[in-house]
Amino acid sequence: MVLGTYKEAVSARATDKDILKVSQDGGIVSALLIHAIEEGIVEGAVVAGKKDGEKWRPEPGVAMTKEDILGAAGTRYTMSPNLTALKEAVRQNGLEKVGIVLTPCQTLALRKLQAYPFARFVADKVNLAIGIFCMENFPIAALDTFSQAKLETPKDDVDKMDIGKGKFWITSEGEEKGLGLKFTHGYEQAACNICSDYVAEFSDISTGSVGSPDGWSTILKRTDAGKTIFDSAVEAGLIETKPMDEVKPGLPLLEKLAQGKKDKAAKELEKREKLGLKVPLVL
Amino acid sequence: MFDKLKKVFSGSEEPKEQVKKETQAAPAAEAKASAKPRIGYIHLSGCTGDAMSLTENYDILDVVLTDLVDIVYGQTLVDKWIHGTYAEEMPEMDLCLIEGSVCLQDEHSMHEIQLAREKSKLICAFGSCAMTGCFTTYARGGQQGNPKHESFVPLSDLVKVDLALPGCPVAPEMIAKAVVALCEGDMDYLAPAMAIADVNEACGCDLLKYNMRMGKCSGCGACSVACPTRSINMIEGRPISNTDRCVKCGSCYMTCPRHWLPLSQIKKETGL
Repeated sequence: MVLGTYKEAVSARATDKDILKVSQDGGIVSALLIHAIEEGIVEGAVVAGKKDGEKWRPEPGVAMTKEDILGAAGTRYTMSPNLTALKEAVRQNGLEKVGIVLTPCQTLALRKLQAYPFARFVADKVNLAIGIFCMENFPIAALDTFSQAKLETPKDDVDKMDIGKGKFWITSEGEEKGLGLKFTHGYEQAACNICSDYVAEFSDISTGSVGSPDGWSTILKRTDAGKTIFDSAVEAGLIETKPMDEVKPGLPLLEKLAQGKKDKAAKELEKREKLGLKVPLVL
Repeated sequence: MFDKLKKVFSGSEEPKEQVKKETQAAPAAEAKASAKPRIGYIHLSGCTGDAMSLTENYDILDVVLTDLVDIVYGQTLVDKWIHGTYAEEMPEMDLCLIEGSVCLQDEHSMHEIQLAREKSKLICAFGSCAMTGCFTTYARGGQQGNPKHESFVPLSDLVKVDLALPGCPVAPEMIAKAVVALCEGDMDYLAPAMAIADVNEACGCDLLKYNMRMGKCSGCGACSVACPTRSINMIEGRPISNTDRCVKCGSCYMTCPRHWLPLSQIKKETGL
């Protein structure tokens, strides 16, 4: 299955205005984490926080309150090694039940840490892993190239960055500017070229914008843990949903992009193997 | 279960085992009678951290020790040691866990490891000191206890090692999972531990050489989670290993999902 195993797919949006003001798309990650913290399902959550004074540089951190979660909302298109803050959440904050937001590669890393726990008593504390759709990630200098060099806007003046409809978008002082993705290709980190997971296939619940209308998110409920928390957030009125087959462009687009990532990764892996370079060993 | 384990090893070892069994029929028969795997635990040059990790599995330890295995040899877990008391001879063992590296200038260690190889069907380098030398790599001798003790080498430099579990110390859950896999004969789970049996060196810079330099690092941060000495920092989505803090345990690169990814096991455990 090109989207991995999942129980149900829906399109959804948070109902809380505070969340929608700061969220990238439907505010689902924020809504789920706030709900999980308030209901005691998790004691805290590991998120890509914001570094003081550098709004586009994410810093992995532990969010303990709704304010913390809202402060970390929105996408920053560069690497945030969230697993490092998982160790902090468990060792420094002493959390026993942790939620965590992960890209697909980080989801696989978490699952490996659980399957082969070389690090003592860290990964077993995660009881909610929220995966986000991810096509590729950029070094932070690439963001400078996109906004400053190509779109002539210093990235400190940018209010929102977004990828959609074939372009990399920045919003600054209410004005939107787009850069075709053919200009951003080639700036992604090399490791993304051998990644075949677009939709965080091994998370508890995956979410991202692709497949849903603007301002909404597509959700793939995967494990019992993921389904339970999502359904209880819907029941509590924190999230509204629409059936996936009633929204445009719907799952076909998600499936197309996921398959595309797999095909490209397979090709790149083959190329590297032919050169005699080390590639990940998949057991 | 140990027969299953044995099967996956090269045929060259099988005849030796048979010869050994014939010449020492008595202990073999005894092993059969008890039907539980006979485990030994040898403590060489290490800090006892791995043994402590083993005993940290409080919830399963009593069942493991009473129902699943017989600890037939060991200085710490049972008071049976050829250089101490209550064991004039080293018994036959199905599996011998060895903690710590081997001091080349210590005749007792050198003797014990050779003997352990003779008496054990399987030898497990238990913890990073046994596997890679870990922090004993830095030993330089000249200490008052015995100034000549200066060279501490991984087990696989001296004898054939069958499986290795890295860690400084090995994590308790890792031990528990390996024990359960052994008891259930789950060879797939143990395959990585066997594949790295002869790896005798490791360093934080493995991440640089074999992962980053190969264009594989996605900046997930798993290596920094695994590092027991916090020698790995993530800077702009890439690990930086502080070699002054690195104890050369190998946990970081073993944990790296771009080194090897246990996809089948992940599917099994998550049901996805």
